[in-house]
Amino acid sequence: MTTIAANPADLHDHDHAHDDHKPAFFQRWFMSTNHKDIGTLYLIFAIVAGIIGGAISGLMRMELAEPGVQYLQGWATMMQGSEATLDQAYHMWNVLITAHGLIMVFFMVMPAMVGGFGNWFVPIMIGAPDMAFPRMNNISFWLLIPAFLLLLGSTFVPGGSGLGAGTGWTVYAPLSTSGSVGPAVDLAILSLHLAGASSILGAINFITTIFNMRAPGMTLNKMPLFVWSMLVTAFLLLLSLPVLAAAITMLLTDRNFGSAFFNAAGGGDPVLYQHLFWFFGHPEVYIMILPGFGIISHIIATFSKKPVFGYLGMAYAMVAIGVVGFVVWAHHMFTVGLSVNMKMYFTAATMVIAVPTGIKIFSWIATMWGGSLSFKTPMVWALGFIFMFTVGGVTGVVLANGGVDDNLHDTYYVVAHFHYVLSLGAVFSIFAGFYYWFPKMSGRHYSEALGHLHFWVFFVGVNVLFFPMHFLGRQGMPRRYPDYPEAYAYWNEIASLGYAIMAAGMLIFFINIAYALVAGRRAEGNYWGEGATTLEWTLSSPPPFHQFETLPVIK
Amino acid sequence: MAGTKNHDYHILPPSIWPFAGSMAALVMAVGAILWMHSMDPSGIVFYAGTAGVVGTMYGWWAQVVKEAHAGDHTPVVQLHLRYGMILFIASEVMFFVGWFWAWFDFSLFPSTADVIGGTWPPKGVEVLNAFELPLLNTLILLCSGTTVTWAHHSLINGDRDGLIKGLWLTIILGVVFSCVQAYEYSVAPFPFKDLNYGSSFYMATGFHGFHVLVGTIFLIVCLVRAYKGHFTPKQHFGFEAAAWYWHFVDVVWLFLFLVIYVWGGWGAATH
Repeated sequence: MTTIAANPADLHDHDHAHDDHKPAFFQRWFMSTNHKDIGTLYLIFAIVAGIIGGAISGLMRMELAEPGVQYLQGWATMMQGSEATLDQAYHMWNVLITAHGLIMVFFMVMPAMVGGFGNWFVPIMIGAPDMAFPRMNNISFWLLIPAFLLLLGSTFVPGGSGLGAGTGWTVYAPLSTSGSVGPAVDLAILSLHLAGASSILGAINFITTIFNMRAPGMTLNKMPLFVWSMLVTAFLLLLSLPVLAAAITMLLTDRNFGSAFFNAAGGGDPVLYQHLFWFFGHPEVYIMILPGFGIISHIIATFSKKPVFGYLGMAYAMVAIGVVGFVVWAHHMFTVGLSVNMKMYFTAATMVIAVPTGIKIFSWIATMWGGSLSFKTPMVWALGFIFMFTVGGVTGVVLANGGVDDNLHDTYYVVAHFHYVLSLGAVFSIFAGFYYWFPKMSGRHYSEALGHLHFWVFFVGVNVLFFPMHFLGRQGMPRRYPDYPEAYAYWNEIASLGYAIMAAGMLIFFINIAYALVAGRRAEGNYWGEGATTLEWTLSSPPPFHQFETLPVIK
Repeated sequence: MAGTKNHDYHILPPSIWPFAGSMAALVMAVGAILWMHSMDPSGIVFYAGTAGVVGTMYGWWAQVVKEAHAGDHTPVVQLHLRYGMILFIASEVMFFVGWFWAWFDFSLFPSTADVIGGTWPPKGVEVLNAFELPLLNTLILLCSGTTVTWAHHSLINGDRDGLIKGLWLTIILGVVFSCVQAYEYSVAPFPFKDLNYGSSFYMATGFHGFHVLVGTIFLIVCLVRAYKGHFTPKQHFGFEAAAWYWHFVDVVWLFLFLVIYVWGGWGAATH
């Protein structure tokens, strides 16, 4: 990572608010062309969506706490206003898992990382005054609102056995076609179309910004790693999302216009849908984790007071993960009847990804080695990330084996794996980034003590929640069922207890944020000191409405 | 530092278009759902949403043109627009990958179900003869690629007359292509429904046809702007973007022609 010799004109310790010309409320928040305001909108949106998606997982853990169907029938009755049958109750379960998955992926993780932190810090870190297309930036955000409304709206209209889209986030045919009569799945599909358009426009914006707006002297190989991570992420979005759009468009015509893409009776191929979906879906999981890699690199370097170890290797490891991520998709489909040769190829290709990922993990450790460590809140979250992403990565290598996956496919082992890389990997990196940059964005310090407390409660909670799922999966408990035999009761009860602990952790988070906004100490420009070397630390906290009106020069 | 910018980037004032366009998209989506499920009042909602989206595009891009005339498009901003257009076309290419993927899946691994019979084209399906109207359309599009290049060279050399003639010819060829395609659809012996052959044929060629329409409209906008004298030999990115888009549509057609009409229909009875 580069060390910045900032232009003295940009070092402002005094409060900038008074000489910024901010537009009036409606203009500022609904018609914005300012990357920081749009980033803030994204972060607020992600928090709202995260609360909804997290509450849904709470319902799921409530139901799963004991064998038998406890609450579903009551909830389904409440939703539809008439006595629900058992079938409708089971449908309700499918709706919950679908909504949880789609909300967390498209409306929480992506908006927080790409839209929130990306918008806030990519232009600042490359020394640019804004994004390349400030107006298009705003439509990327605002398209998410109708997308989210369509998805939430789908819950209230018929979608098969009951209300809502119960297809899983993968929307596999034929469950999503002939298996789901009624408009709910159409609403979900159009929601994905709009969210996809939003992300494609965002990706175009980021790539153009990063290629064309770097400050004089900032070559690609001096670019901060977070910017590198966003560049790779943007390419993944740009090239994978249109394929998803094509796939779900075919779903839409199969559902409504009688086409036969995925209908075997008309010569169509349901497995084609899975190929198209995962050609998008696998890059998508890297879209959700790469920005996290970037954030963690900055935090580890800052709190070790050392430049990141193996900067170029770190950058190119992300590029490698992005490229190889496009040719491993069928490892999600090991049980659909792929030939042995296909399984061998996809097993081997998938395992290759462990190499660049290992480069990253070991480089973070090497960065800390011999460093002057300070365990501030962002640092403990980053350490938690490294620990748990490694656990999720290792179970990923296990699942990469086609033969092993025959056994573990669609069990809770898979659920444990992807929650370790996402809700414990991606989400920990989001919290790490949030604590790292919150005072920069808001101008207020949060409470260190509450930040640490949040970390420990959350850390214990999610591990109690997700670690037992490995055992359940090894014992053969299938995912996506609301009920299970007595034998699985023990670990399920513990997992539900873990959810309660995690939820308590979230409460601490919100208290901390409220505290910071109401009574937090004012933050100075570079509140992390000498370890923080990227350009955002040369600006005031919060930065001026338009920064770098004279471009900084990078040595 | 506040208020005085010392760089060439384009810092924009607040704009209502992103918000308006997004809300129009919501109305359009809801209208589409109502329409697909035959629920009233589908027509009015869908068309209102579509009108909102089209109105947003007009208002937004009119604003961009205005900004170009105001001198906001410095060389670096023009470079942004170039990158933006290239990346947009790249994402469109990946969209077409989806349709081609479906086509190759069906044709390389034809279903053994009775309706297909393990062959491609499916047994009993009469296909369009690639070397009649489709070949004509190929020539029409290739020809339009040369006329748009003629227009471009005229523009670069300051020959406004040549620019306008080239654009007119390109637009006419584009319209002729669309008419031939529409005629061919009307006489094609297989439907969109029920069989994967028709579904994937119409989806791929229809999506391309939609792009031809969009490209034609883009060129018509350029023609109007050419009459108004918006383009100079030095600065005419609007025209270039339209030309790039047109070439992209052209190249996609070549693949469609080879893969779907020629190779994908090989050996079947023709209509």
